[in-house]
Amino acid sequence: MTQDLLYNATGIALFGIGVFGAIVAAHIIRKLIALNIMGIGVFMVLLATARHGEITDPVPHAMVLTGIVVAVAGTALCLWLTLRIRLLDDVNEGDPQR
Amino acid sequence: MLIEMLIDLTLACGVVLLSCLSLSAQRVFTAIVLYVSLGLLTTMIWARLNAWDVAIAEAAIGAGLTGALLLVAWRRLCDETAAQPEA
Amino acid sequence: MFTKLEFRKREANRRELPPFAVYALGFVVIVLSVALMFSVVVSGKAAPKLAGLAAEKLEASGVENPVTAVLLNFRSYDTLLEIAVLLIVAIAVLPARSSNAAGVAHFCSADKQDVLNPVLAALLRWLVPLAILVGGYLLWTGAYSPGGAFQAGAVIAGAGVALSLAGRHEFLWHTTAARIVINLGLFVFIAVALSNALLTGTTLQYPVDYAGMLILVVEIAATVSIAAILLLLFTELKAMVDAPREGRQ
Repeated sequence: MTQDLLYNATGIALFGIGVFGAIVAAHIIRKLIALNIMGIGVFMVLLATARHGEITDPVPHAMVLTGIVVAVAGTALCLWLTLRIRLLDDVNEGDPQR
Repeated sequence: MLIEMLIDLTLACGVVLLSCLSLSAQRVFTAIVLYVSLGLLTTMIWARLNAWDVAIAEAAIGAGLTGALLLVAWRRLCDETAAQPEA
Repeated sequence: MFTKLEFRKREANRRELPPFAVYALGFVVIVLSVALMFSVVVSGKAAPKLAGLAAEKLEASGVENPVTAVLLNFRSYDTLLEIAVLLIVAIAVLPARSSNAAGVAHFCSADKQDVLNPVLAALLRWLVPLAILVGGYLLWTGAYSPGGAFQAGAVIAGAGVALSLAGRHEFLWHTTAARIVINLGLFVFIAVALSNALLTGTTLQYPVDYAGMLILVVEIAATVSIAAILLLLFTELKAMVDAPREGRQ
């Protein structure tokens, strides 16, 4: 019980740190790291709630597994869009007509 | 029992500390490296929570692939050393 | 040179929040976190209803690992939609190069001219097959113990990332083989669901006798697709990073 409580609290703390970081951080990579930390917090709360003494509930585990894969896909898409915008900016600024 | 609680407490404090350090790091590169180590520490927490499936996935994806993606993007977005020869 | 300087300057005067806003935000976040923790303590635990249900029906799922059973049998629409999400991301990132050379080019091609560092080459020679082997093991063992399609896919994608970082191998995503590999997971999943619907009347409820085999088929296809899509995300990011620099030199 105390273990669940500890990890629940840690998960919520991580989520809070992530929210704070995602809003305050200026750089896109820092923002993404903060979002990922928020994700870890959510996963931790889910997994800590999945413990019922000796029994472990497999449903939150499956949800977290799905979540991890979707999180990495989202991170990659976000980075890709950032780089793409940066590339187009580069091309536009290098253009002598502008 | 006491030892187990001590391990849990250390892991929890370590994760919170690492996330704070990662978000307040001076350089982006440091932030990424700290995030990867945060992922590895989280893997240990998943193991403590009996979530072995999630632990394997986190070690491979959360710590490995996400770190690789962030580092690759970092090279373009803020690597000063790589940009210098052109300047 | 000038563009680069412009770039620096714009990055230097990035928008920062005023200090009082940061403190206010910190206060709000702390209050919110404490409230959440309080609510967790007050509400206590929900009864483990689903855990009991999953354990009860585990025999009918065709696998022995409860997490795999949930992922690919009890809540398989979850996994189906997840693979669909991955496919959408892959399509977004997919390079828009012409597919003229699709018939000739191979999915994974090595540049023989490029000489690798011997230590790196030896490492890759061991690491890549080993990673694929571990992926296969994780996939197979997922039916009994921790492991499964996601973990296997991630490990195999890791092997691809190592190859890509070494710089000798190139993955051509506009080839037909690559397209097939990317789409395989979703299409096999849908095909299994549809054939199941035709034969038994329910889409994602596998018949008990064949459940194990069907799950294995879906898992193999999903592993291949997940590995390919994760690798695609990495290589496309890397190509985006490398492209302008090489073009300018």
